[in-house]
Amino acid sequence: MGEEKVLEVSDSNFATEVLESNIPVLVDFWAAWCGPCRAIAPVVAELAEEYKDKIKVFKCNVDENPRTPAEYGIRAIPTLILFKDGKVAHQITGAVSKNQIVEVIDKFV
Amino acid sequence: MNDDRIRDLVIIGGGPAGLAAGIYAARARLDTLLIEKLGQGGQILLTDWIENYPGFPDGVSGFELADLFGKQATKFGLEILNGEVLGLKLEGKTKIIDLGNQSIRCKSIIIATGASPSRLGVEGEDSFTGKGVSFCATCDGPFYREKVVAVVGGGNSAVEEALFLTKFASKVYIIHRRDELRATKILQERAFNNPKIEIIWDTVVVKIEGDNAGVNNLKIKNVKTEEISDLSVDGVFIFVGTIPNTGYVPEEIERNSRGFLITNENMETSVPGIFAAGDVRAKLLRQIVTAVGDGATAAFAAELYIQNEYHS
Repeated sequence: MGEEKVLEVSDSNFATEVLESNIPVLVDFWAAWCGPCRAIAPVVAELAEEYKDKIKVFKCNVDENPRTPAEYGIRAIPTLILFKDGKVAHQITGAVSKNQIVEVIDKFV
Repeated sequence: MNDDRIRDLVIIGGGPAGLAAGIYAARARLDTLLIEKLGQGGQILLTDWIENYPGFPDGVSGFELADLFGKQATKFGLEILNGEVLGLKLEGKTKIIDLGNQSIRCKSIIIATGASPSRLGVEGEDSFTGKGVSFCATCDGPFYREKVVAVVGGGNSAVEEALFLTKFASKVYIIHRRDELRATKILQERAFNNPKIEIIWDTVVVKIEGDNAGVNNLKIKNVKTEEISDLSVDGVFIFVGTIPNTGYVPEEIERNSRGFLITNENMETSVPGIFAAGDVRAKLLRQIVTAVGDGATAAFAAELYIQNEYHS
């Protein structure tokens, strides 16, 4: 349901798509083997739709893109990071509710 | 949006108990809505491999079982809404569910929101969560290839997760506060026979330490000798029981001393028309197989309640 609407970002285009973005970017670090990542995916897809034009939303597969998660010290997934002006504005670990993510996004948009 | 429609039944939570209740309620042709805040499956999504659910002699993955439960429920017409319940209240016999942007009215409710992992409550636990402190081995295990990890706890979850972590880690300590494990015997046998696992008995974690890169040390205390020592680890996985997810449940619904909802054998809580099923309920054994039984009973009891209260 809607999951495919969230675009993937990779090690190679992370800088241009995320760090150089002029609007905040939410990145969902995930992997196919992670159950809670699957649980949170429909929520992330809804947020991508609801905050269209205000923030960009990407998924980053940690198996296919080892460099970026290592750079941000990610040792647990799902991890959601909200980037603003190329820096980590906020980091959320685990499958939290939509309301908890909305609270964070609303602080930065 | 405030709908005037009064539904027969609202099931809160889409894990095994809620989905089983949904299957029974949909087949009974009750006007039913299931509300789930994340994707369906609940805690089974945290489980790598399920070996004790009847009907799967070779075991089944948590993902697959969650999918099968969901498919079976929607096949009979169960309606599922993605949303988070913020509160429940009563208006006479009618129950009102607050979803923030809308409220839903119904004749009966099954609370099936399960439980979440308990925290240890020690220094370093919050600050290193996601940086070496984990509550989900299937999520985070692969980040610990050839690393040293500790598992805290001695129940089924702790031992299962320790065994799972041996696929990745070079060494897995199990730190347990007693001198024997509570886990089921077959899991104990596997742990004792696994060369990567070392059990540290009679011991608790008193502090989790690390630096910018994450956890690197545990201060542990032997509860018999009171002796405190250091254990060098790259990560610590905590499985010391669960706490019920009942933040939205009103005070008048009775709970036990640990906060689990008290029901009778028909899953009725202290408020007529409100039922509880699965891990959220005060019960002896929290397993998928007992959750689905609770769900079926709760759906049938809800059907009887509606007949008696509304149709007689």
